[in-house]
Amino acid sequence: MEKVNFENYETTGFFDEMFNNEQKVHDHYALFKERLEKMSWKKLNFLQHSTDRAQLSLGMTFNVYSDNQGIERILHLDIIPRIINGKDWDFLEKGLKQRIQALNMFIHDLYNDQKVLKDKIIPKDLVLSSATYLKQCVGLKPPENIWCHITGTDLIRGDDGNYFVLEDNLRCPSGVSYMLENREILKRTFPELFEKLHVRPIYDYSHYLRDMLESLTTVTPACIAVLSPGIYNSAYFEHAYLAQQMGAELVEGRDLVVKNDFVYMTTTKGLKRVDVIYRRVDDDFIDPLMFNKESLLGTPGLFRAYQKNNVVLVNAPGTGVADDKAVYAYIPRIIKYYLGEEILLPNVKTYICAEEKDCNYVIENIHELVVKQTDASGGYGMLIGPKSTKQEQSEFKTKIKNNPRNYIAQPVINLSRVPTLTEGSIEGRHVDLRPYVLYGKEIKIIPGGLTRVALKKGSLVVNSSQGGGSKDTWVLDNNLKK
Amino acid sequence: MLSRVADTIYWMNRYIERAENYARFMDVNFNLSLEMPPDASEQWKPLVVTTGDWLLYQSLHKKVEKRKVIYFLGFDQNNPNSIYNCIVKARENARAIRPEITKEVWEQINYLYYLVKAGFEKKRWQSKDPRNFFMEVKKGCQLLYGIFDATISRTDGWHFGKIGQLIERADKTSRVLDVKYHILLSTSEAVGSPLDLMQWGALLKSVSAYDMYRKKYGKLSSAGITQFLILDRDFPRSILRCLMQAEQSLYSITGNAEGHSNSAERHLGLLKSQLEYADINEIINNGLHEYLDNFQKKLNDVSIAIFDSFFSVENITKQNQIQY
Repeated sequence: MEKVNFENYETTGFFDEMFNNEQKVHDHYALFKERLEKMSWKKLNFLQHSTDRAQLSLGMTFNVYSDNQGIERILHLDIIPRIINGKDWDFLEKGLKQRIQALNMFIHDLYNDQKVLKDKIIPKDLVLSSATYLKQCVGLKPPENIWCHITGTDLIRGDDGNYFVLEDNLRCPSGVSYMLENREILKRTFPELFEKLHVRPIYDYSHYLRDMLESLTTVTPACIAVLSPGIYNSAYFEHAYLAQQMGAELVEGRDLVVKNDFVYMTTTKGLKRVDVIYRRVDDDFIDPLMFNKESLLGTPGLFRAYQKNNVVLVNAPGTGVADDKAVYAYIPRIIKYYLGEEILLPNVKTYICAEEKDCNYVIENIHELVVKQTDASGGYGMLIGPKSTKQEQSEFKTKIKNNPRNYIAQPVINLSRVPTLTEGSIEGRHVDLRPYVLYGKEIKIIPGGLTRVALKKGSLVVNSSQGGGSKDTWVLDNNLKK
Repeated sequence: MLSRVADTIYWMNRYIERAENYARFMDVNFNLSLEMPPDASEQWKPLVVTTGDWLLYQSLHKKVEKRKVIYFLGFDQNNPNSIYNCIVKARENARAIRPEITKEVWEQINYLYYLVKAGFEKKRWQSKDPRNFFMEVKKGCQLLYGIFDATISRTDGWHFGKIGQLIERADKTSRVLDVKYHILLSTSEAVGSPLDLMQWGALLKSVSAYDMYRKKYGKLSSAGITQFLILDRDFPRSILRCLMQAEQSLYSITGNAEGHSNSAERHLGLLKSQLEYADINEIINNGLHEYLDNFQKKLNDVSIAIFDSFFSVENITKQNQIQY
């Protein structure tokens, strides 16, 4: 039976996570390559097939919004892992800590003293015009002055292998359950490699998450709830998974009532007070009295209870202002301003359409840029210049001219590639990386994250809603044993 | 426990129990149809009547045919109680309360879902012998009961699930008995004839009672069977036994040793006591059909009382009782 080989594997044109330009395997992938080459193609395909089945059986499914009636899909898990060496990881960890610390100081400042605006580090109009800036949050001081307790930062690697931050997801970043379940599945796929490679463990994420949530209240024992929009939400699997892993209550808006500015769950034995809510409902929907009046997902009075410090909301409402894609461009300056340090993990060059010079540049060069709507996420509302038609380009030009504040543009980054199992062979596919950061009394970063992979040949869009899949991410120990 | 969660577990268990009952009914009926003499009419209409969806069936189909009934009860998405729909709804409920159940329970419900989904896609109602499919559904449900019992703590969630299952079970036993008894006594077949015996045997098998009945009574008789299915204190599918166990679960939830503190306990306790002191000859003489009809109404009242006492958010918010 024919064994797996990488003879026809192409690495030209992109940074490859497994091989260098001379087709030589990177050290941290050597053992994995050896293992794969001892395996037949048939066996490899069989392992992939078992993985698909395991995902279905675990119910790791999500609903896609745009499909009629919401079709249930699994997030395809490619069994070839994305491996990161320990040294690279330690650097990423430092960069992420720096960034998240500064972002929290920035948010707190924006809703309190606004020194950053007074010192003209970032244009006042740009910040205050953001749809995600919530004036209802002005003057609030959440526990420890931390606003963003859970972050999922999107990292990419360019042509030279250097890491960049592509997006800060400071609202309700999703995907961590896939990180955890992918690992459980891969441990069954390649048990012997885990032993030999000393892959850093990630299983303790839910313990840290719970500890972090408990640390935000003085009530003991604290009643902790995960607030979900319900089973039709695309991330419902994750909400249920995290509640279960933490032993927290999984609630929906209709399970909660607010009385005398305290929040209660309706239980079979009456009302029970809730102290900390890890909410996976967007700001706009948490409380119809304060925000979107049409919202059926929230609980009337919840925000007032929060204002009075009678309940902790995680993440705090209002954090979206700092992951606005236009604000992103200023983050190097923001880090410098609050921490007096140079940014460790660089940003991608960003053109702000709200600024005239940049705007003109974007309009003229739209065919070679990626244009993004500043308040959208999930791969929606974006244009990839080189892959777009003339008509799409002119549509976007009009949109930008009508509302420049709403758009930014970035050069196309050729995301790095990782070998990925395709029909009958292994080919490079583009990936990003979303590590998860917890911020309570201290900052905790789980070694790994969710590697998202664009399954379509040549595609640079890794979002699950746009045909992306995932990979398990292995961070190795520094002292790699050969 | 959250009211919504309790409500959902209750219904999840009812749906599974319903699916298992339907699967058993179909299996037994299909079996019976193979052995019926050529001139005896097949028993497919009574089966639909048993499920309480005869009106719906008539609105969808003109004639009563084996394949149509199998489709209607097994796979029809227009029938809210078809096996297919019950499993889909049970799974949806399980998803909604995923943190309350174990991985093992979830995986088994998920397995059942893919089983009925594949059955639907493969059009199993058209296959020559659909019994394998129904057997698999039945076994899948029974395995789920086992996993539920072996992995879930005996806290409120388990008890609410149990109550849902037992109420559904009592309801189904009463309906099968009602319909079959009526038909059997009105046929022209001589009592004790081979056909008569086969039919009574089939009735017992539809509620998995054949072996246990034989063990206790030996001989098949209408009075014995009626007594066994309504009033037996030991058989797990008899109506009385179901109510006794449901009552125990209810007491575990409320923490009461005896007496009653809410309308659910009152309704259930009353209904159970009435059965405990009932006499089978009296029931038969006064008309079994009337008796069972009345029972089903009262059982429905129990179900409503459970909703009012535990699941209704409106009621709970009104009560103003706060636990710390």
